[in-house]
Amino acid sequence: MVEAVLKPGGDAATALYIVAFSLFIIGIKQGTHPTTAKRGNLIAAAGMAVAVVTTLLLDGMGNWGLIVLGLGIGTAIGVIASIRVQMTEMPQMVALYNGVGGGAVALIAWSEIRHGISIGEDFPLDSLIPVIFAGIVGSVSFWGSNIAFAKLQDLIPTRPIAAPGQQVINAVLLLAIIVISVILAVDHESPSQGLFILLLVLAAILGNLVVLPIGGADMPVVISLLNAFTGLSAAAAGFALDNVALIVAGTLVGSSGTILTLEMATAMNRSVSNILFSGFGGAPSGGGGGGTGEERPHVSIGAQDAAIKLAYADSVVIVPGYGLAVAQAQHAIKEVADELEKRGVTVNYAIHPVAGRMPGHMNVLLAEADVPYENLKEMEEINPEMPRTDVAVVVGANDVTNPAAKNDPDSPIAGMPIIEVNEAQQVIVIKRSLSPGFAGIDNDLFYEPNTSMLFADAKQAAADIAAEIGNL
Amino acid sequence: MSLMTEITIFVLAVFVGFEVISKVPTTLHTPLMSQTNAIHGIVMLGGLIVLGFADDGLEYAIGTIAVAFGAINIVGGFMVTDRMLGMFSKKPKPKASSDGKGGA
Repeated sequence: MVEAVLKPGGDAATALYIVAFSLFIIGIKQGTHPTTAKRGNLIAAAGMAVAVVTTLLLDGMGNWGLIVLGLGIGTAIGVIASIRVQMTEMPQMVALYNGVGGGAVALIAWSEIRHGISIGEDFPLDSLIPVIFAGIVGSVSFWGSNIAFAKLQDLIPTRPIAAPGQQVINAVLLLAIIVISVILAVDHESPSQGLFILLLVLAAILGNLVVLPIGGADMPVVISLLNAFTGLSAAAAGFALDNVALIVAGTLVGSSGTILTLEMATAMNRSVSNILFSGFGGAPSGGGGGGTGEERPHVSIGAQDAAIKLAYADSVVIVPGYGLAVAQAQHAIKEVADELEKRGVTVNYAIHPVAGRMPGHMNVLLAEADVPYENLKEMEEINPEMPRTDVAVVVGANDVTNPAAKNDPDSPIAGMPIIEVNEAQQVIVIKRSLSPGFAGIDNDLFYEPNTSMLFADAKQAAADIAAEIGNL
Repeated sequence: MSLMTEITIFVLAVFVGFEVISKVPTTLHTPLMSQTNAIHGIVMLGGLIVLGFADDGLEYAIGTIAVAFGAINIVGGFMVTDRMLGMFSKKPKPKASSDGKGGA
């Protein structure tokens, strides 16, 4: 068939792998701007093609039937999933991809151990240690990602699920994993496969137990962190297989996941360990001072009043939250914006970093609704504009607009950066009820004198407002 | 490759990764994640290598699943990223252009 066979670890193969990872880096670099990102993605895909073809040409490739089978199944699933997935479901899809990526690494690590043992030679430490690491991190990522997927898909409750003494159990598991790893490494002349499988199982349990107690609001951090983990596991597999493309690609993914994790944690003003180990977002703690069940005074308006306020404004800022995506209201909101722009009103969108279920999620949802990306403003960019904004419209967002984060040092969300809608001249909040958000606390914004509440489904309300503006 | 060479590559890649990725704007973070999912699909190479030396039923199964998992990441990741980025690069004023055609 193909005669040009490359030597594994040879100069030609390595050179091609260098080409591959260079294309990955160039591809990501092009991803820094919306207009070049699409080309960047194609460049990265070309890099992947180079890497895969190079590997297929290596001497020692075999079992072609199974290769074709695996490639066929994976390609079919990938194609169907990427065409069918809704943009609201992107977090689930990324969680699943994190999962299968981690799973693949754990499986590869396992077969490396089996293979090493069957050859019966001394297992060199500089490949055994990466194999152990890859197995652990791969297994944690696989199971943790599956739980994250199940939570995002509402297959299991998104509220924190925790057993008493969970921290202790996790600590014991982690200790056991470390001890077994050390035993395996010390006994590297003939490592026990049974112990390695035990390692994978313990890591699997740990992955489940770490993600189960994490609440729905913290999912952007969890997904990013698991993304970083899968990257690291791929880099470790690269060390084990002496493959430079895996090392660099895995490290790039690991860096990306790490940066996103830190950004998300900063946006919530919480440390990563606090998110992982505290089970935030459970029972309402009533921290906002309104937990007595007594209703605080608020102003309620209808779609027509809202339309008038908006139509006679000069500048409007729309603050979307995940509730907007749940209600599938992004297209209706875009219609409101179109009607306003026809009347010469400036409309921008203020996107909080954790506005969706994953980093950048809200931007994608709005892009899908044809909102130009120039109008999507980041929090730091829009907050100074707020005092000059006539009307801020909050749709499906809650905690990220709560002034208690700034004003009430005792609030559970104290110090969290917020979109300062309360600084705008007027605020319209479209929401079904006064119920608290994920943090389980009352939102002081709803009771401010310049805030009007429009109690309705976001999609219906937006459609009504658009129609009313059109009639004015 | 010696372990130290590999560590050198790893450390340099960490710096390159942080440098390049920290420049990606928040707007594009979701496509960035699905693209890194796709790049992570590079682990498929490991699955291919496993199938190269596999000689019992379990190793055949492990290798085939690993290849399938990697292919899901690669194909699904790049395709969905392309789909998302297509939304960002849409022409800003499709209405205006169609109006123009209608007028001409």
